[in-house]
Amino acid sequence: MSLSLFLSQHGSRMTAQWTLSLLLSACLFRASCSAPAIPRPPRSLHPVRGFNNSGGSLSVDLPMALRVFSVDYHHVQAPFEIVLWIMLASLAKLGFHWSGRLPAVVPESCLLIMVGLLVGGVIYGVRHSAPPTLSADAFFLFLLPPIVLDAGYFLPGRLFFENLGTILWYAVVGTLWNVLGIGLSLYSLCLLAPGSLGDISLLHCLLFGSLIAAVDPVAVLSVFQEMHVNEQLRILVFGESLLNDAVTVVLYKLFESFLRMPSVSGLDVLLGGCRVLVVGMGGLFVGLFFGLIAALTSRFTSGAQVIAPLFVFLYSYLSYLTSEMLHLSGIMAIVTCAVTMKQYVEANVSERSNTSIQYFLKMWSSVSETLIFIFLGVSTIQDVHMWSWPFVCSTLLLCLVWRATGVLLLTAVVNKLRRNTVTFRDQFIIAYGGLRGAICFSLVFLIDDFPKKRLFITTTIVVILFTVFVQGMTIKPLVELLDVKKEKGALPSVSEEIHSRLIDHLLAGIEDVVGYWGQHYWKDRFDQFNVKYLRRILIREDHQACSSILRVYQELERQEQRGDEDVPPPISVLIKGTQTAAYSRHTLHQDAGTRKPLHRHQSLEERSTINTQVGLFSSKMSTKH
Amino acid sequence: LAKSCPGQETVTLYLRGVALRGRRPRPAPPSTSPPPASTSHPIKQEDNLTETRLVSHSQITRLYSRFTSLDKGENGTLSREDFQRIPELAINPLGDRIINAFFPEGEDQVNFRGFMRILAHFRPIEDNEKKSVAVSEPLNSRTNKLLFAFRLYDLDRDDKISREELLQVLRMMVGVNISDDQLGSIADRTIQEADTNGDNSISFNEFIKVLEKVDVEQKMSIRFLH
Repeated sequence: MSLSLFLSQHGSRMTAQWTLSLLLSACLFRASCSAPAIPRPPRSLHPVRGFNNSGGSLSVDLPMALRVFSVDYHHVQAPFEIVLWIMLASLAKLGFHWSGRLPAVVPESCLLIMVGLLVGGVIYGVRHSAPPTLSADAFFLFLLPPIVLDAGYFLPGRLFFENLGTILWYAVVGTLWNVLGIGLSLYSLCLLAPGSLGDISLLHCLLFGSLIAAVDPVAVLSVFQEMHVNEQLRILVFGESLLNDAVTVVLYKLFESFLRMPSVSGLDVLLGGCRVLVVGMGGLFVGLFFGLIAALTSRFTSGAQVIAPLFVFLYSYLSYLTSEMLHLSGIMAIVTCAVTMKQYVEANVSERSNTSIQYFLKMWSSVSETLIFIFLGVSTIQDVHMWSWPFVCSTLLLCLVWRATGVLLLTAVVNKLRRNTVTFRDQFIIAYGGLRGAICFSLVFLIDDFPKKRLFITTTIVVILFTVFVQGMTIKPLVELLDVKKEKGALPSVSEEIHSRLIDHLLAGIEDVVGYWGQHYWKDRFDQFNVKYLRRILIREDHQACSSILRVYQELERQEQRGDEDVPPPISVLIKGTQTAAYSRHTLHQDAGTRKPLHRHQSLEERSTINTQVGLFSSKMSTKH
Repeated sequence: LAKSCPGQETVTLYLRGVALRGRRPRPAPPSTSPPPASTSHPIKQEDNLTETRLVSHSQITRLYSRFTSLDKGENGTLSREDFQRIPELAINPLGDRIINAFFPEGEDQVNFRGFMRILAHFRPIEDNEKKSVAVSEPLNSRTNKLLFAFRLYDLDRDDKISREELLQVLRMMVGVNISDDQLGSIADRTIQEADTNGDNSISFNEFIKVLEKVDVEQKMSIRFLH
């Protein structure tokens, strides 16, 4: 009490928030440790009064009278604690954004980890035992899917597919390069220092390399969303972090199973290589399957529009769980599912349902991300850390070095094939933006126990903290310093849409003349297939319409009717509210002037060249006139 | 770039537009036989320029072989029917206009020189080219690319996109089942967004301004011509 009074005297809102968070955490640990501490009243003494004997209940002990007031914490313990953690996370987030200047300098992920460290420290200090750690199951099954779903749903599809080759190149070959490089280098280090590190075998090093080399989508998202670099750079880093999951998962499981096997033959390695393909493509197909089914289901939701958003979440989550069950890449499945079903779902469900879907996605992914970072902080406070200066420092160094060389080499190769080259500055940001996060953390906990496991855990934590804090905090000033190309931040207009479409058609035509089966050709073919078959099956009859030009136009008209056109949106909304606003967690509610960009990346892909009905839209037009 | 430039200058201009990073000139003779027509000997022209390290032989020969495969009449020129035989182009909403763009005004045949000239617009812009100050603007500069797109709208070449011209293109792109009223509103809005001098049509400068945020250099480039 006195502490909060003291702090409030200084009039700082932020410190009040911090205090509140601390108080909450105090309640939390007290609640969690109070339950077992209370002695249970022996059951045999009170046979008749049934309700006074549930374990851990605190009650006034009047054997004959009715209990007027009782506290039964044990009954609600699990959900109560979960809610308290989420509450802590959300209040911390509120606190940061209230303070104004701080989020501009320090990325949110860092602040959240610091809060987690604080809370973990408090819990440890009071309980003298390790605070609850992030269980790998909880992470992979509950915390990761919402974030990846959100990322996949708002993925700028066109940009992604245009750069798909490069992204795959970085994700597959780059990750392999990193894994092998780091693993082998660490092994040679262990050979050089047999005293302290002698019992780490090659396979262990490779296993460690496989989990530490992977770029983490959560961390990348949270840092890059606050920087407004050009879209190409963003999609390269982000796409790589999403797609390298397949490689990481396979390599990790491969090395793990090698560790359990008595001997490893060349055939096993070859099979391992095949597994990468199976895992990746398998995840893709599972996602495709569920995406198409979700699209089909959404076609029939006109009668029960309220639950339409639910199908989006259910099917996506189902695809994730299914692929996890089959040991395929869950991330790829859920991303594919989201990308596939998005255009059809958006056309089928009502506007409000669309808004609900977007809001819920943002909310869940936001909560997940916050929880992940807080738990990262909390879990750092461990009972036993095994420290080894050479191992930790060399891991850090090797991660940086191998990533830098990998990016340089790969880009040199891929630039020869690309239409627009990746500049050196972009390459630097790609290399520097390779942040590690909670996926590494969970994976390291899942390793089978062996003497040096604690060392691995400590090293992983150090690497994660280093990348998130040092790289995360300095990347923004570096972007400014290096004058990396920023995003354009333009509000789309009907003219732009029309002229862009014209150029698309033109380029497709020129490619036909030249006989070159390039990007435009394949996009064209896909569009025709889409319109001819997919849209007919998956979209409701009366919604089949919409050329993208019409959609953009109507969106603008709608805004005009609402009167938003007169007030130009503030610059922050302008910047955050563009096509890539999807990545920004906090500004969806400010999207008054920016709803259209949420459609834009999808609308650029469509083309309607067959007979379509416009009943819905013509009715809107007639009301306007 | 006016089409009325005399022959030699045209050739140099468009070939400079097609010029690539300097590659070592290949001394080998052209791999395809020269066309029977007397109007153009593109391979021989290129030989001159190859010596000055401006043109890659393989690019020219590749495009020439495409030209000859399209040229069913085998007279060294393409007619509109030759273009219309390309299946995907037939489904393209702007197919006719694209085909028309290849043919110089009033003519019905296009030779290889003209073919290359049009395709030169779609060459990607090299980084070093951006910095160099060219004597005359290469065909694949941003302005020329935009001019090409502009001319797809502006059929009567009055350097303005009128409402009717815009409506025609819109109708081609958007499809048949949108009412004329709606289309008219869209066209009106488009003109309103771009028009700065109030003449109810879009001039080339206004067109450039509207697309200033769009990455035209990259959108309007084909890697094949690199």
